[in-house]
Amino acid sequence: MEGHVEGQDGHVEDQLTIAGRAFQSRLLLGTGGFPSLQLLADAIEASASELVTVALRRIDPNAQGSLIDVLEEAGVGLLPNTAGCHTARDAVLTAQLAREAFQTDWVKLEVIGDEDTLLPDAPELLRAAEQLVDEGFVVLPYTTDDPVLGRRLQDLGCAAVMPLGAPIGSGQGIRNPYNIALLRDAVSVPVVLDAGIGTASEAALAMELGCDAVMVASAISRAQDPVGMATAMRHAVKAGRLAYTSGRIPRRDYATPSTPTEGLAEFRG
Amino acid sequence: MIFLNGDGSDLNAGDTVAVALARLDIGPDAKGIAVAVDGAVVPRGAWEGFALSEDARVEVLTAMQGG
Repeated sequence: MEGHVEGQDGHVEDQLTIAGRAFQSRLLLGTGGFPSLQLLADAIEASASELVTVALRRIDPNAQGSLIDVLEEAGVGLLPNTAGCHTARDAVLTAQLAREAFQTDWVKLEVIGDEDTLLPDAPELLRAAEQLVDEGFVVLPYTTDDPVLGRRLQDLGCAAVMPLGAPIGSGQGIRNPYNIALLRDAVSVPVVLDAGIGTASEAALAMELGCDAVMVASAISRAQDPVGMATAMRHAVKAGRLAYTSGRIPRRDYATPSTPTEGLAEFRG
Repeated sequence: MIFLNGDGSDLNAGDTVAVALARLDIGPDAKGIAVAVDGAVVPRGAWEGFALSEDARVEVLTAMQGG
C-alpha cells in the first residue's frame, strides 16, 4: 500500500505527509522549556519526533552549548516559529530571517493577539499567511479551532493547520473536541493539534478526533520526567491514530450485550 | 549611533555587517545566524558588502529553544 510501512508491532502504519514530505512520526516536539540541552536531546530520542520547533532570538554571546548542533546531532527537521510576533509584518520578517538562518522554507506561523491567552490574531494571521505563501514558504499556521478560519488558511495555500486545543502552556487539554472534529472535516490539509495538551490521554484524544498529528511542547519539557512523558506521548499518538483508523463503535445510551442471549439456559426458580 | 541587538555600539557609519558580526565573535561561516538591518533581512552573501548607516539598527539572531 502506497504511503504505508510495516511497523515494529506488525500493524500497517500510515505516514504523515505535509507538503509532500513524509514523516513516520505524528508527534511534533516543541523545544521550549527544557532545563538543559541534554534533556532536550534525550526527549527528542524518546519521542521519536522527526520535526521540532525552534525560535529565533538575539544571539547570546554567553550561551552554553549550541541548540543547532544538538538538533543536527538528533537528525530532526527544523520548524522555525514566529513566536512573540504580534503583527503580520513582524511574523513575515521573522520567517524570512528563519529561512536565512536555517535554510528551510517551513515556518510555524504564530501571530499573537492577546498577551494573557496568547490566542492568535486572525486578521493578522491571514495577512501573514498570504504573504508567506506568495514568497514560497511552507506555512503551518497556529490557529484557533474555528473551522471557517481553518478553511480560509487552507484556501490561501497553507500546508497544514495547527489548531489549539487550549491556550499555549495551559495544559487544559482539548476544550472543544467538537470544534476540532468540525475543523478536521472542513479542511483537506493535515490538521496538527497544537497547544493545550497536558498529558498523554489528551494527545490520544486529538488523534481519535481525526487530527493528523499532535504538537507537544510544555507537557513534555515541563513534566517532572520529560523523557518519560516524551515516551508516553509517542505511544499515545500511535494509539490514538490506530484507534481512529480502526473505527470506534458508536456511543449508545443503553447496554448492548457482548455475549449472545441465544442458547441461554433456563433455570428453575 | 549604531545599535547592535538593542545596545549602543562603537560601530561607525560605513562599517559593514561583517564588522558588526565580528564584535559578537561571529564569522562569515557561522551556522544558524540571520541578520536584519532596519527591519530587512541582510542575506549572508551581503554581509561583507553591506555598509551601515549612522543610525542603523542591527539585529543578529539565532536559534533558541521555543514553541
